[in-house]
Amino acid sequence: MAYSRKVIEHYENPKNVGSMDKDDPDVGTGLVGAPECGDVMKLQLRINDDGLIEDARFKTFGCGSAIASSSLATEWVKGKTVDEALSIRNTEIVKELALPPVKIHCSVLAEDAIKAAIEDYRRKRARAKAGESGKAPDPVETSNSARGGE
Amino acid sequence: MTPETRTEAESAGPRARRRRIYMDNHATTPCDPRVVEAMLPFFTEKFGNAASRNHEFGWEAEEAVTDARARIAQAIHAADPREIVFTSGATESDNLALKGVAEMFREKGNHIITVPTEHKAVVDTARYLESRGFEVTWLSPGSDGLVDLDELRAAVTDRTILISVMFANNEIGVIQPIREIAEIAAEKGVLFHSDAAQAVGKVPVDVQEMGIHLLSFSAHKIYGPKGIGALYIRRRQPRVRVAIQMHGGGHERGNRSGTLAVPLIVGFAKAVDLAVDDLTNGEIDRIRAMRDRLLHGITSRLPECHVNGSLEHRLPNNLNISFAYVEGESLLMGINDIAVSSGSACTSASLEPSYVLKAMGVGDDLAHTSIRFGLGRFNTEEEVDYVIERVVQTVNRLRELSPLWEMVQEGIDLSKMDWTGD
Repeated sequence: MAYSRKVIEHYENPKNVGSMDKDDPDVGTGLVGAPECGDVMKLQLRINDDGLIEDARFKTFGCGSAIASSSLATEWVKGKTVDEALSIRNTEIVKELALPPVKIHCSVLAEDAIKAAIEDYRRKRARAKAGESGKAPDPVETSNSARGGE
Repeated sequence: MTPETRTEAESAGPRARRRRIYMDNHATTPCDPRVVEAMLPFFTEKFGNAASRNHEFGWEAEEAVTDARARIAQAIHAADPREIVFTSGATESDNLALKGVAEMFREKGNHIITVPTEHKAVVDTARYLESRGFEVTWLSPGSDGLVDLDELRAAVTDRTILISVMFANNEIGVIQPIREIAEIAAEKGVLFHSDAAQAVGKVPVDVQEMGIHLLSFSAHKIYGPKGIGALYIRRRQPRVRVAIQMHGGGHERGNRSGTLAVPLIVGFAKAVDLAVDDLTNGEIDRIRAMRDRLLHGITSRLPECHVNGSLEHRLPNNLNISFAYVEGESLLMGINDIAVSSGSACTSASLEPSYVLKAMGVGDDLAHTSIRFGLGRFNTEEEVDYVIERVVQTVNRLRELSPLWEMVQEGIDLSKMDWTGD
């Protein structure tokens, strides 16, 4: 299969590779996919109190298109508000990277990863709020779930 | 992480010549120049139809075919050149063997035994026969890819007409216990077919001594041309007959009609001669040494590499490794100056990883990370060293990028995770 120039560029020089501390209250972690399916994406977002995404990091197990989709997603969400990031559609990733039909699931996974990371961040925030108002935060960090909580 | 440095040739654009290494010799092989040379006259001066009985053009074509048939028969130790039926390749040979025997022996029984790790040409033909009322027993290969002889013996019934087990597997290179399978077939009075497309020219094949009744093989796996193969059909002890699948002018003693592809047949014979020589002239030892160098070069430098299939019962030119936590297609992309194959789903249209690895009980997670290396006559030790470097470098880079690798380093048990994609 021939890859588009942009997929090759992201594959060869992926942007924002790395990990952040998943226990940091400002960091939301999304882990989507499954090893049995051949794709797993981990996307982490650092979100400030104004709901602005200050930084993004990813690691991906998957084909070149999956790596490119997640690399692109980190580029796109950086500097956006949470709501703007949530409005990113997989079809935009497909278009930008010129993904063929068999690779559309890679873009879906990237969209899911953004959503999962924000969901995780919001859950942490809600828990922290509950903690501030007197309730103890849930000590069990369900880090063993691929949704990054739940 | 430093991006891989591009060579000057790569930066100069796709049109620029750059290094390419072919290490996918299970898929196909380049034609040996000696094969091409042998074929050439038969496209132009000696273009006759081997079935033309009335003129010299026909006679010289027929003579060339007769000579080629004898040499090919000898290469697999067939008793009689008439036991060689030319086909378009191993896929057609497999179809002729399975459908031909099934139809011919329908009165005797309707049961066929085979293995899910067979080439698709056997798997899909057997499935077709199932849809036509035949019963197929699919044996369960062990985790090493080998057939369980006790299971095979127990599967034979008085309705069994055919056992079809490949000589050597095209993905994992595992060589089946052919003699023992043939013994069981003989004991039970059942025909035994073997697809030897990957075996001929890599390991000794002797249809008489091994007790094989039908054998499929082809030219393009042994540095011959594409589009030509053969089915060995035993004529004595027992005499095997197959129902015709290609009707027409009655070529190949009625077994397969169609004008003989004389240049391809001549090339096939030359390729077989050279391949059989390789078994004794040191060439196959050179290939085995390169394969072992590749194996040790990779596994001594990379942890968590799993060799798929038995290393002991294996073709000398095959290596199949799962590079845990690195998806196969992404690895292929990183070593795109080297032609190899992956069992990853992403490299096929089906989105399912290798059915061969699955049948051996290799988990889908590892199947997605598998790479098949197929060494051949035109590879060099220097190329092997280059491949080792590139693979080690790329796997390391992609593991740095892999969330699974990171989790495993942190001591997380991936099997206990609640993945979303299941």
